[in-house]
Amino acid sequence: MGKADNRSLDRCAVFSAKGLTKVYRVGDVDVHALRGIDLELYAGEVVVLLGPSGSGKSTLLNILGGLDAPSSGTVRALDHDLTGSDDAALTRFRREHIGFVFQFYNLIPSLTARENISLVTDIAQDPMSAEEALRIVGLADRMDHFPAQLSGGEQQRVAIARAIAKQPDVLLCDEPTGALDASTGVVVLEAIERINRELGTATVIITHNAAISAMADRIVSMSGGLVAEIRDNVKQLARGIRW
Amino acid sequence: MRALSVKLWRDLIQLRGQAIAIGLVMACGVATLIMSLSMLDSMATTIDRYYKQSRFAQVFVHLERAPLSLIDRIAEVPGVAYAQARVIERVTLDMQRLEEPAWGRIVSLPEDTNSGLNLVHLRSGRYPEAPREVLVGQRFATAHGLVAGDEINAVLNGRREVLRVVGIGLSPEFVYLISPGSILPENERYGVFWMAHREMEAAFDMEGAFNDAILTLSPNAIEQEVIDRVDDLTERYGSLGAYGRLDQPSHRFLDNELKELRGTALIVPVIFLIVSAFLLNIVLARMIATQREQIAALKALGYSSREIGLHYLQFVLVIAVCSAFVGSLLGAWMGRGMTAMYAEFFDFPSFEYVIKRRVIVLGISVSSISATLGVASALYAAMRLPPAEAMRPRAPQSYRPTILERVGVHRFLPTSLRMIVRQLERQPAKTLLSILGVSLATAILVLGRYSEDAVGFIMDHQFNRVLRYDANVVLFDKTDSSAISTVSSMPGILATEPYRRITARIHAGHKKELVDMLALERVDGMQQLLDLSGRQIPLADSGILISSVLADKLDIRPGMTVTVEALEGRRPEIELPVCGVIDDFAGLSVYVRLKDLNRWLREQGAIGGIMVQVDSELAESLYLELKQAPRVVAVESTHAMRENFDELVIRNMAIMRPFLISFSVIIAFGVVYNSARISLAERSRDLSTLRVLGFSKREIASIQLWELALITGFGIPVGLVAGYLLAEFTSEATAMEIARMPFVIAPSTFGFSAVVVLTASIVSGLIVRRRLDRIDLIAVL
Repeated sequence: MGKADNRSLDRCAVFSAKGLTKVYRVGDVDVHALRGIDLELYAGEVVVLLGPSGSGKSTLLNILGGLDAPSSGTVRALDHDLTGSDDAALTRFRREHIGFVFQFYNLIPSLTARENISLVTDIAQDPMSAEEALRIVGLADRMDHFPAQLSGGEQQRVAIARAIAKQPDVLLCDEPTGALDASTGVVVLEAIERINRELGTATVIITHNAAISAMADRIVSMSGGLVAEIRDNVKQLARGIRW
Repeated sequence: MRALSVKLWRDLIQLRGQAIAIGLVMACGVATLIMSLSMLDSMATTIDRYYKQSRFAQVFVHLERAPLSLIDRIAEVPGVAYAQARVIERVTLDMQRLEEPAWGRIVSLPEDTNSGLNLVHLRSGRYPEAPREVLVGQRFATAHGLVAGDEINAVLNGRREVLRVVGIGLSPEFVYLISPGSILPENERYGVFWMAHREMEAAFDMEGAFNDAILTLSPNAIEQEVIDRVDDLTERYGSLGAYGRLDQPSHRFLDNELKELRGTALIVPVIFLIVSAFLLNIVLARMIATQREQIAALKALGYSSREIGLHYLQFVLVIAVCSAFVGSLLGAWMGRGMTAMYAEFFDFPSFEYVIKRRVIVLGISVSSISATLGVASALYAAMRLPPAEAMRPRAPQSYRPTILERVGVHRFLPTSLRMIVRQLERQPAKTLLSILGVSLATAILVLGRYSEDAVGFIMDHQFNRVLRYDANVVLFDKTDSSAISTVSSMPGILATEPYRRITARIHAGHKKELVDMLALERVDGMQQLLDLSGRQIPLADSGILISSVLADKLDIRPGMTVTVEALEGRRPEIELPVCGVIDDFAGLSVYVRLKDLNRWLREQGAIGGIMVQVDSELAESLYLELKQAPRVVAVESTHAMRENFDELVIRNMAIMRPFLISFSVIIAFGVVYNSARISLAERSRDLSTLRVLGFSKREIASIQLWELALITGFGIPVGLVAGYLLAEFTSEATAMEIARMPFVIAPSTFGFSAVVVLTASIVSGLIVRRRLDRIDLIAVL
């Protein structure tokens, strides 16, 4: 128990969320996506957010990444207070600190793999080269391919390369393997794992696939817009994951 | 290149068909703008420079005869800077190339040809000095191949003379040279000549006298005040009333041309730019909708809303600037063509076609600004798109029963058509604007063809119905009626009818106008008084008919009484009832019975001309004889008038026709093609689903084409009506003093316009259909 406490103390919190709620209005109905979340994320760790559809995982991730604003509560990220920030400040925050990976990759179909990454390197302060980012995800030889010429797993690895090219402080992955079969999914997870190991990037992975939580330092289970459980985990290699 | 720029170019390449279709519409707008503005600049600069160089007069007055001392008194009128006395007379010419006699005006030149006003620019040869030496106007010289040293047989002041050509010249008062009462130049039949002043005095018995004065004004002079003073001084010398440049025939035509160019520069580009802005809006809105996830990803990657907005704005601006470039080239090319066309009408010592840089800058700015305004709402939507929301799949669009369904008509619609109608109704603004686009394309065609119809109608009305004579023998005014029997006895004369034409001033309330008064012996004779439907307009004894242009200007209607001041002889002023209004298309004119006019003037039996019907086999010998007749000023053959009209008007209209058709086709294609592409993009998922469910390619194509059919089906009739209204408006708006276009549209114009737009729509539909056939089922699903 004491060990875990020590770890919490020596690590600096990348994110600190308190009392987060989020209410959407869909038609005439209020949807309570988040009902009061308290959560901290630390530098260098891999956290898996686990939970069924509608549990509020994506909403939480969007708020942490500065894509969405909470209805109430506060989020501090690094030295930024996200809750009071305007659009320009959120944009700057995303540009400087956050890497996103989406379930459906969201690559720009009219740009090649390398060019998709250039989108980020064009605007980031201290990016690695597009070639280097692609090498890290093992796609150095597919640089000039368009998204339509790549398999789903390859597209997702390009998306990961794009996310990490700016050397972000945090990598936020929303169902990164959700659209992939198991063997391809593992390759993608290995890429994420490698980045965490080599660059020390704090990583949050959203999934409803419990098997993936094996690669986490901590597992946060969500249910009905609340954090149901947070537990520490002894990290396994992604290569060994099966589902 | 930055990755976002790469995306921009690839998006442009992907959408090249649509971008080109829109770009062409925009280019047409810019081209018209550049063409009319550059012509406006070129014309205005040329006119201004020429008027200055040649010291073109500002006030003009023509009178019967006044002693030279009067010119000094005119010069002393406050506001007059310089006054010059001249002698201007008519001259009849026997030209070898022409069967009938030609005629013209002969103008006196001061001794020092570099002093005074309205300086004659010497094109070749020298100024006349000796008796019977003349300088010939360039247009007439070219038409007859005259060069210095040639001789011309002429009748001056009733005497046959041989004139010697010593040079070719141009004058600012005859840039647009027309014979009195005409609206088109007749280069072969009517010319202008200059002769040394003292030779003119001798030839026309005008020693110590003048009959024409031209003035310039001092900088602060008020023109109307000077005109009034000059009128007071000259009235008792048979003045026709002084007038300013705006009423000077040549200047009035130039001024009118400038006005038309200004109108073209404003109206036509606006139509094109509105259509292209609308098309850009729907294309960009669609593009932004399909790129929702991309926009969300870009925002997630750290691109700001401003950068995203700028990215899509650049997409639009690339199209706008490229179009402005193409439009500028096209406009310059059209401008050069116009310059050549102008050379047929206007005589300047030099006409330099210039495109000023500001015109090009304006073209680029106007296209960029209209494009930006057009896409503002779509851009705003892209910038406002919340990234988190864009990441979630788009909620199914809400549909509701259409108006048709609510009133119960839907039972008669097949399901596929219901799908289309619902989609059209769901985006009412887009649907309406698409229909409006097709309507505009149709209306432009109707409007363009209308001018041809109107001119055709004028030709038919004038030459087949109104004018029943073959030639009009113009005599010196106040010839006695014995001339009728002289002419009747000439070879080939089948019938004769005398008339008289004088200048008069009509007063109605406080308004007054100088008019051309035509006195006819018979009201149903060789010049018929007809309304547009061909019915005789009754002209009572001691009454007048007035032209519709005059009626509008003086605001008079049949039944009212006006004061007619004859500017001839004893200059009587008479109150006369207006019996009717006649649409004679050209000028300010009044019709009266010959016997009435001669009674008022107390000049019984006086005539000014004879209309004749001629046996065409003997026409040649008749004209030969008329050339010898000393009282004959000119002979106007209706055949020659018609040929001249054909040459100058119909041919130029034929040149304009392909432009008009291309413009309309470009709009129709731009609108229909883009609507089709957009709805294909919006519906490709639905259509593929139908294919998977077992619909054939033909069936889904027909669903898709239904939409185009609906847009075209509504757009064309609306366009026909809009074209009709626009033509009516044009007819009203262009009712100027010089000529009036009757509001006449041939049924074939509607048919033609509908067929052209329909064809453009079908072709664009087929192009989209090819795309539909290649739809990738798996990729879409």
